[in-house]
Amino acid sequence: MSTTKSKNLHGLLAEFKNPKALIDVSKKVVEAGYDKFDTYSPYPIHGIDHAMKLPKSKLGWIVLVSGTLGFLGAIWMMYYMSVTDYAINISGKPFFNFPAWVPIIFELTVLLSAFGAVFGMFFLNGLPKLNNPLFEVERFKKATDDGFFVCIEAKDSKFQVDLVRQLFEEAGATHIEEVYE
Amino acid sequence: MSKYEYIPEPALVKGNHDFASITKLVTDVNLKPTPKGWYLAMLPANALLLLLLTSIGYLIWEGIGIWGLNNPVGWGWAIINFVWWVGIGHAGTLISAILFLFRQDWRTAINRFAEAMTIFAVMCAGVFPAIHVGRIWAIYWVFPIPNQMAMWPNFNSPLLWDVFAVSTYFTVSLLFWYVGLVPDLATLRDRATDKVRKFAYGLFALGWTGSNRAWWNYEKAYMILAGLATPLVLSVHTIVSFDFAVSMIPGWHTTIFPPYFVAGAIFSGFAMVMTLMLVARKVYGMEDIMTNNHMEKMNIIIMVTGSIVGFAYMMEFFIAWYSGVEYEKAIFLLRATGPYAWAYWIMMFCNVVSPQVFWFKKLRTNVGFTFFISIVVNIGMWFERFVITVTSLSTDYLPSSWDYYSPTTWDVLTYVGTFGLFFTMFLMFLRFLPMVALAEIKAVLPQGDPHNYDDETQEFHPHVEKVPQPKAVKA
Repeated sequence: MSTTKSKNLHGLLAEFKNPKALIDVSKKVVEAGYDKFDTYSPYPIHGIDHAMKLPKSKLGWIVLVSGTLGFLGAIWMMYYMSVTDYAINISGKPFFNFPAWVPIIFELTVLLSAFGAVFGMFFLNGLPKLNNPLFEVERFKKATDDGFFVCIEAKDSKFQVDLVRQLFEEAGATHIEEVYE
Repeated sequence: MSKYEYIPEPALVKGNHDFASITKLVTDVNLKPTPKGWYLAMLPANALLLLLLTSIGYLIWEGIGIWGLNNPVGWGWAIINFVWWVGIGHAGTLISAILFLFRQDWRTAINRFAEAMTIFAVMCAGVFPAIHVGRIWAIYWVFPIPNQMAMWPNFNSPLLWDVFAVSTYFTVSLLFWYVGLVPDLATLRDRATDKVRKFAYGLFALGWTGSNRAWWNYEKAYMILAGLATPLVLSVHTIVSFDFAVSMIPGWHTTIFPPYFVAGAIFSGFAMVMTLMLVARKVYGMEDIMTNNHMEKMNIIIMVTGSIVGFAYMMEFFIAWYSGVEYEKAIFLLRATGPYAWAYWIMMFCNVVSPQVFWFKKLRTNVGFTFFISIVVNIGMWFERFVITVTSLSTDYLPSSWDYYSPTTWDVLTYVGTFGLFFTMFLMFLRFLPMVALAEIKAVLPQGDPHNYDDETQEFHPHVEKVPQPKAVKA
């Protein structure tokens, strides 16, 4: 690819031949002290989270909050509607008929938790994000097919093109390419 | 050698596939020009869909008097079809959630497929409660939104629980399906060559890159969704069974209903997945991914759930006798010997007897035979709902009001029409979306596991199963 001067360097992208090589290079990248990097693969690779030293996902907390909202919201809704706002006597049953509310409380808890899990995941991953400098790289299309990539971003405080290139070459990269924004 | 032979787990993907060949096999279906056969299948599907719309239109115009409902039998085919379709819609989430939690890797071949089927089956199911209310323009009264009467829905009613259960189930199944689709849509985006596909797939892929930081949150989300969907899928048919069990009608007012309905739902859902899978894998040449081994495992699940259903039928009879309630005893005797005995024995044969053939390995690995049984099972499950709904109502407490129920042509046409909706949606799915969860199947390929590579050379070494040798035992 041509290196246009007017464009900023986004990072250095390297391709590796298989998932094992990707795990090995991730360890080296972490050891070398880079933290603004990412690895790309067509499926989640078992054990790469340890190699990349990824922190625990925060998603569980998001789901806990949204699920609690669903739980309390369901109780509040039914209490407001059946006790406060317009109480209707149904076969002489109590207005605050908690056992009969359990199914709906359960369903709404699950519904809100699921919203939290899905939208929380997209939020944590910064999606939707339809433009990405990596999409300019023709070869990167393999990342969703059979390619295994690492990209160290230029934003990283330790980033020096030559050093990064050397690291990738020593780790056995099959292809190295500069990515521009 | 001892007489015991060690049989290793068969490979999940047959043939000599790598990542690229799997991608090609699955996505070519979506990217190549539409095959003629697809249009040929779409034609009858669309015709039936039109039939459904016509039946619904006439129903709204004329009222539910066009159906065969009569005085004691106020619930007829609409309810039967609703429960039948919802039941079928249980397999998808079961496969994607429960089998995921149990780490059953073979699910990856069929989960996308089954989830799609679930969503379309729930759509078909949703049609019936919506149209059976009579005054469809007031259907929004079932939702807790303000209306002109300033009244709120009755939260004590199982019918309202059902509204929440089915709509939650539909929403969560759709989200689950979509989350699974995102990485595969990205694959399609990257393989597409024309502008329309690039744009459409690109839009719905949300800019997925396959970043492992993203996969990390993604896997967490998938795990949480599976954990949420597992109790959800069990709750939905439980609540559907409450529609019956919470009422006072003999034959309905039983505590066995929730587990028995859930088992029946899984039973019929797997049968439907099987019917569709056997056809689709043949037509699209997916036999390497959806193997006969998958078929065998699904047949075993059909056999187990069929046996649970059979056990429940017998338990119902026993409890009716054991309860000492005259009406309860009478209704069960009437089911087996009364005016609807023909339906009862069709149900018994299809649901209890037919799945038992899968005890034989020869039969559960036979494709044609499995296809036949999968259809028999769904006929049986339709009759189960017919027997439950109609027999109890037509011969309830007051013998003077007993009446025989028969459906009208419109009942039949509406039901047949839902197949149009189902198959139209399903054909669209096969054409435009990857029918196999690509990312997941790549993860279970031998090449996908980093442990199958040499530590020094990073070369691929297929995992060799170590056969444990039985120790010699001295007499």
